Amino acid sequence: MSTDDRSSATPTGATDDGGGDESLVDVRNLQTTFFTDKETIRAIDGIDFTIDPGETVGIVGESGSGKSVTARSLMGLIESPGRVLRGSSIRYRDLDTVRSFADAFSGRTVSVADLESRYDPVRVFDQTAATPAEFGYADPADVPLVDVVAAGYGDEVGLTSGDECVFVLDGDAGDPSSIRRGFVELTRVSGEAQRKMRGGRISMVFQDPLTSLNPVYTVGNQIKESLSLHQGLTGKEATQEAADLLEAVGIPDARRRVNEYPHQFSGGMRQRAVIAMALACEPDVLICDEPTTALDVTIQAQILDLIAEIQETRDVAVMFITHDMGVIADVSDRVNVMYAGEIVESADVEPLFANPKHPYTEGLLNSIPGGQVGGRLATIDGSVPTPNEEPTYCRFAPRCPKAFEECEAVHPIPVPVDETADDHTAACLLYPEDESTEAAIARHRGRSHGGERE
Amino acid sequence: MVEVRDLKTYYDSGSLLDNRPVKAVDGVSFDIRRGETLGLVGESGCGKTTLGRTLIQLEDATDGEIFFDGTDITEIRGDQLYEWRQNAQMVFQDPDSSLNDRMTVGEIVREPLDVHEWKTPAERRERVRDLLDKVGLEAEHYYRYPHQFSGGQRQRIGIARTLALNPEFIVLDEPVSALDVSVQAEIINLLEDLQDEFDLTYLFIAHDLSVVRHICDRVAVMYLGNIMEIGPTEELFTDPANPYTHALLSAIPKPDPTASRDRITLHGTPPNPRYPPSGCPFSTRCPARIRPDGYEELDDDLWDSLNSFREILRERMRAERSIRERLRERFGMETRFATMDDTYEELFGDVAVPDEVEEILTEVADTAGDHDEAEALDRFNQAFGSVCDGVGASGVDEGVKPAFHQVSESGRLSYCHRHESEYRETADVIEARN
Repeated sequence: MSTDDRSSATPTGATDDGGGDESLVDVRNLQTTFFTDKETIRAIDGIDFTIDPGETVGIVGESGSGKSVTARSLMGLIESPGRVLRGSSIRYRDLDTVRSFADAFSGRTVSVADLESRYDPVRVFDQTAATPAEFGYADPADVPLVDVVAAGYGDEVGLTSGDECVFVLDGDAGDPSSIRRGFVELTRVSGEAQRKMRGGRISMVFQDPLTSLNPVYTVGNQIKESLSLHQGLTGKEATQEAADLLEAVGIPDARRRVNEYPHQFSGGMRQRAVIAMALACEPDVLICDEPTTALDVTIQAQILDLIAEIQETRDVAVMFITHDMGVIADVSDRVNVMYAGEIVESADVEPLFANPKHPYTEGLLNSIPGGQVGGRLATIDGSVPTPNEEPTYCRFAPRCPKAFEECEAVHPIPVPVDETADDHTAACLLYPEDESTEAAIARHRGRSHGGERE
Repeated sequence: MVEVRDLKTYYDSGSLLDNRPVKAVDGVSFDIRRGETLGLVGESGCGKTTLGRTLIQLEDATDGEIFFDGTDITEIRGDQLYEWRQNAQMVFQDPDSSLNDRMTVGEIVREPLDVHEWKTPAERRERVRDLLDKVGLEAEHYYRYPHQFSGGQRQRIGIARTLALNPEFIVLDEPVSALDVSVQAEIINLLEDLQDEFDLTYLFIAHDLSVVRHICDRVAVMYLGNIMEIGPTEELFTDPANPYTHALLSAIPKPDPTASRDRITLHGTPPNPRYPPSGCPFSTRCPARIRPDGYEELDDDLWDSLNSFREILRERMRAERSIRERLRERFGMETRFATMDDTYEELFGDVAVPDEVEEILTEVADTAGDHDEAEALDRFNQAFGSVCDGVGASGVDEGVKPAFHQVSESGRLSYCHRHESEYRETADVIEARN
């Protein structure tokens, strides 16, 4: 979604949450930075994307592009020296979750409308590092209150105390059943709320099943742990449920397997068991971080079939991370291409593969062997840079075959590739295609992701 | 150039009680022609790396012959072997673990020259600089350490070392699997350039079939220590003959969202190479397995359940029972094995089972319930086994193996019973059953 769309498509107001209201997860200007003695690595540098209920969002990129850090930021698994910076917002909009969180954490729930009387945009932008541009507006007065508090700037000017993580947009914060619209802000959840969210609402499947299973407990035990934490199931009931879950993910002889240890499972079976664990609490979102990379193709096919089946029968949204363009084409509805901490192109899967717009996506697709037989493979010279300074130029420019002079001086932002393609965006000075190069460059110039400065 | 005849490499477990060897390579024969690239593909554990290592004598062959320009290298020893080794080299998969981090790039590339006392030290240094240039590195990289390089560059260093002694034959063991696509493309281009320049012969081991299709002239598909199909690349990719090749090719996700997705999903995992099936190695998962007379018309779902049932029996036969479990069993307590009825229900609960089949299955399940899995399995195979499972004309398991059939004019070979005239063609069967 481009920042421009947001300002033009929706009227401003305290309780308006901006575009993409139907989405389940709405990631805005996410910045995750690792601070080491030697350098500051901006692993994720201002990305926006959404996940709709039941859809599969693919994230593809080379190693070091920030795919896994994105997943870990959503799960709240960023550990020191890493930090999700102020200015980032990850909104989780499932109404059931918002209501139950408002009920369980009433002290951390706030109705945005109640803050309106104390909101002075000019003061906010004077006293904090926030800039109207990072929210997609030119005038501070236009910036909706909800964006400011979700991004965490409310804490500094006394609007919020720093503890709030449930924001109510429509309804009474004190009466959960009256809430009609709102979100849980994942960058602000912590403690008990974090534990309820992680595993209960959003689960994750990691690349290497052996590292996500504990070798000294039986597989059944590990599933039961999750069941007792999130659903309160214990004893025989839990064993039964664990066996049912293993059966549901296609493990034969599940009743016996429940009592076996991870080393007694084959690689594919282990990954199935990990998926069973992730499903134990009926999450709304399943994050799969390279779940098939360590597996053989025939086993990969089984796991991809399984994930597709789960998605159909359980109606979960999937965020699928991989470096394999073939897998992405197979599983995704929508694809985000990442490069050096930024999303450089985002589109539905078919237009992306049929008509890639960003030079990096093109290069990536061309370097896959198979399209052409014999002959030389196209390559992308150089390697992915480590993003450790604020971008004032296009990070792909040094490797880009289409780079021109301005690429060194202007940082591109995601814009629609042309007027007709609203949901196909590319962060490249060549776009929008139907505007002159000067007009396009002017559009990109002067926009910064802003946010917290180190 | 290379002729391999009935090569076997077994690993002994060295255990006193159960010394069945792991049959990593179980009788393969093929030729590699001078200047060609032969691809070797298969899933992990199928024996492709062991085969590659045996070819350059990093492993000792258990049986069989490997002729290099007429010399059987499994026989040569000592000085002769030392001399021969200059001719055959290997590039390893993981550029992180195959380079010594304490040596400079120059020392790493020079090491084979030092070992073989190639010319004078000054000439060796010159040679290393030349090699670095050939693989696309700079001369000043000579004094740097491997950790200062990216994955792609490290693989280049490994390739330079491989080339140091001017080998004729190189085994490339998954040289690009650990690399990103764009870097992978660079290394593949480099390997192709070097092949042209030095007239090299490659054995290219990989599990990524699109890479193999790009670089190889001929491909051998391995499964459980056996070559299932071998022939010219394009032919094998466009018109596979063996059921395993069919399944493997259909499992690769294509970078094209509009491509049809009717892939063949194989059930289960490859069998343990310590206990390979007695008939065709692929029979336990084959989507085109020949069904025995009388049961051909059974429902496909029922067949799926039958196959899973057999797998469970096989697995239970091998699963070890602890003393605690034996005791629990003795006193009639619940153990993880005492669930044969549940398993039976799980598998056959929602498929229609004809009476005569049910009768046999009940018998098998009861035998298995008494912990006589071997007996149960025998009974099962008697009823539902076919030639693919090693059942001979007499109706019992005789360990009948398939034979290699020539399936095209180019001499492509496939190891499958389906090619015998009395059976239907693989492609038709897969289509009908899928």
